Amino acid sequence: MSSLIDNVPLLIIVGAIGIPILVYLILGASDRIAGMLPRPFSRRVRPWVWLFGPVVLIALVLLYPFVSTVITSFMNANATQGVGFANFVWAFQGTMLDVIGNNILWLIAFPIGTLILALIAAVLFDKVKYERAAMTLVIMPTAISFTAGSVIWTQMYSYQPPGSTQIGTINALITLIPGVQPVPWLQTPFVNNLALIFIAVWLGLGVAVLILSAAVKGISPELVEAARLDGAGEWRVFRSVTFPSIAPAVLVVVTTEVIAALKVFDIVYVMTNGNYNTDVIANQMYNELFTVNDLGKASAIAVILLVAALPIVFINIHQFRAETKS
Amino acid sequence: MTTTTTPATAAGPIRTHSQTDTQRAPSRHRSGWRWLVHLIVIVFAISWFVPILALFISSIRTQQDTATSGWWTAFVDPLFTGYNYQLALSEVGVAGSLATSLAIAIPATVLTTVFSAIGAYALTRMSFWGRTVFSLLLVALLVTPPQITLVPLLRIYHTIGLTGTIPGIWLYQVGFTIPFGIFLVRGFIAALPAELFESASLDGASSLRTFRSIVIPLAAPALASLAIMQFLWSWNDLLTPLIFMGGSSVPSPITVELAGLVQQNSQGQGALMAAAFMSVVIPLVMIIALQRFFVRGVLGGAVKG
Repeated sequence: MSSLIDNVPLLIIVGAIGIPILVYLILGASDRIAGMLPRPFSRRVRPWVWLFGPVVLIALVLLYPFVSTVITSFMNANATQGVGFANFVWAFQGTMLDVIGNNILWLIAFPIGTLILALIAAVLFDKVKYERAAMTLVIMPTAISFTAGSVIWTQMYSYQPPGSTQIGTINALITLIPGVQPVPWLQTPFVNNLALIFIAVWLGLGVAVLILSAAVKGISPELVEAARLDGAGEWRVFRSVTFPSIAPAVLVVVTTEVIAALKVFDIVYVMTNGNYNTDVIANQMYNELFTVNDLGKASAIAVILLVAALPIVFINIHQFRAETKS
Repeated sequence: MTTTTTPATAAGPIRTHSQTDTQRAPSRHRSGWRWLVHLIVIVFAISWFVPILALFISSIRTQQDTATSGWWTAFVDPLFTGYNYQLALSEVGVAGSLATSLAIAIPATVLTTVFSAIGAYALTRMSFWGRTVFSLLLVALLVTPPQITLVPLLRIYHTIGLTGTIPGIWLYQVGFTIPFGIFLVRGFIAALPAELFESASLDGASSLRTFRSIVIPLAAPALASLAIMQFLWSWNDLLTPLIFMGGSSVPSPITVELAGLVQQNSQGQGALMAAAFMSVVIPLVMIIALQRFFVRGVLGGAVKG
C-alpha cells in the first residue's frame, strides 16, 4: 500500500486519467438510472447527481472545516474544553498587536503600491507599439511561486557593510549615488516590512495590470476625444475620463489585493520567518499550530482573518447579484 | 486593438474625421511626452524582468563569484558553470521534489477542471431548488482565506491517514479551487446559446451526451484558462504541502524544499539559485506559451468580482 501511494508516475496516471474516467462512468450510470425514474422525479434528481462530486468536495474541504474552526476558536489548546473569548482576548494583546500592526501595513501598502504601479503600466503600455512584449515581461513573475520569488529577492536585497562590494542588486544600485549608504533591507524595522511587501507587488502586479489594461481598452474613445475637444490636458483626461471609467476594475484589483495581503504567508515565512518585527497573522497561525500546538489560538487567528475578509465577501455578493439581475 | 496601440500620447489616435483640426494644439507637447512614455515603459518592463535574469545568471556562476561580486559582473567577466545544477540535483534531491510537485499539480489540475465543468454545467443548465443560494455560496467562498480550513482538516487527515500523502494534497487543492472553477466556467457556459441545448434535448441526447459533445468542446477555452491557473496555483503552493505533507515518505514538493534550503543554506547560494531556477522554468514556459488562456482566466475570474 505504501509503495502504491509513493509511486509518482502511477499517482499521476491514477489522478489525472483514472479518477476522471471513473467519474465519467459513474455519471453515465447514474444518469441512466435517473432516466429510468418517472419523468418529474428524474428532473429533480438529475442536478444532484451532477452536483454530488463538487458539493461533497466543497462540504468536506471548506464548509465543515469552516464551522469546526469557528467552534475550536472558543476552546483550549487541545480543543477539549471551552474557554470563552480567551483566545480572542489573547489575539489582541502583547506581541500580537505588533503582528496585527504589520498586517495592517500590508493591507494598506500592498493594494496601494500595486494599484499605483498597475495604473501606470496599464495606461502607458497602452500607448506603445511593443505593448505585448512589455506586458509579457510584467506577467512573467505571476507564474513564479512566492517561495521562489523570496529566494530571488533575498539576493536582490543582499546587504554588505558600507565600504565592501555590494553584491545585492538594490544596494549596488543605490550606492552608485554618491553619499548613499547601503541599507540592510530585511533588518531595518519598518523598511523591512515595505521590502517584503514589494516582493508581493513584484509577483502579483501582472494580474492587476491585465485587469486594468482590459478596462483601459474598454474606455469609449469618443469620451476621451470629447474631453480633449474641451481642452482637457493629459492629466485632466486621466482624472475625469479614464479613472471614472475604470473604477469598477480598480475595485476588483483592490479587493483582490486586500484578500492577498490578509492571508500573506509564504514571503514572510521564507524571508524572515517573522523576525525583526515582520511577523504577520498567517505566519503566527502556522507557529501556533506547529510550534506551540495550540489549536484554540490557531483557530482564533483563522477566525480573525475570516472576519477581516467578510466586507469583501459582501462586496462580491453585492456585485454578483447586481450582475445577474442586469 | 489597432487604434489603442498607436503611440500617440497627447493627440488621440486618428479615428474620427471631425477632430483633425483640434489635434494641432496638444501635438506641441507630443514629442516630449512620447519620449517620456517610452522611457517609463522600457524601464518598467526591464526592471520587472531583471530579478528573473539575476536568478538565472546567479545559478550558473561559481559559488566563489556569487559570494564576492554581483551577478552583473558576469557580463564583463564571464565564467559559467553547471556545477550548481549538479549539486542541486544530486546533493539536494531537487529531481525528486520536482517529481512530487508534478504528481501534485497534474492530477489536481485535471480533477479541478473536471469537477468545475461538471458543477458549472449543472448550475447553469439544470434548474433545482436552492440554485441561487448555491451560487451565492460559491461567490462567498471565492475569497475564503485558506487558514480557516487548516486546523480541522489536519485532524481529519490524521484520523484517516491522509497526512503525508499526495492524494491528500489533491483533495485539498481541488476542493478549495472548485468554487472559483465553477464560477469561471459558469459564465462561459451561460453565454452559450440556449437553442444548442434545446435541440440536443429534442434529439434525445442524455445530459452526459450533451456534456461530452456540447459543453466540453465549446467551453474548452474556459477550461484551458482554469487549468493553467490551477496548475500555477498548485505548483506554487507552499502552505498546503507544508501543513499536510509533514512526515511524508515521498520527497517534499519543490516549494517546501526551497523554503527549507533558504533556512539552512548548507549547500550554499549556488545550489539554492539552481533549485529556484528549476522550480520556475515549468511555470514560466507555461505562462509565456499559454498567455492567451491565462489572460482570459484572470479577466473571467476577476471582472465579475
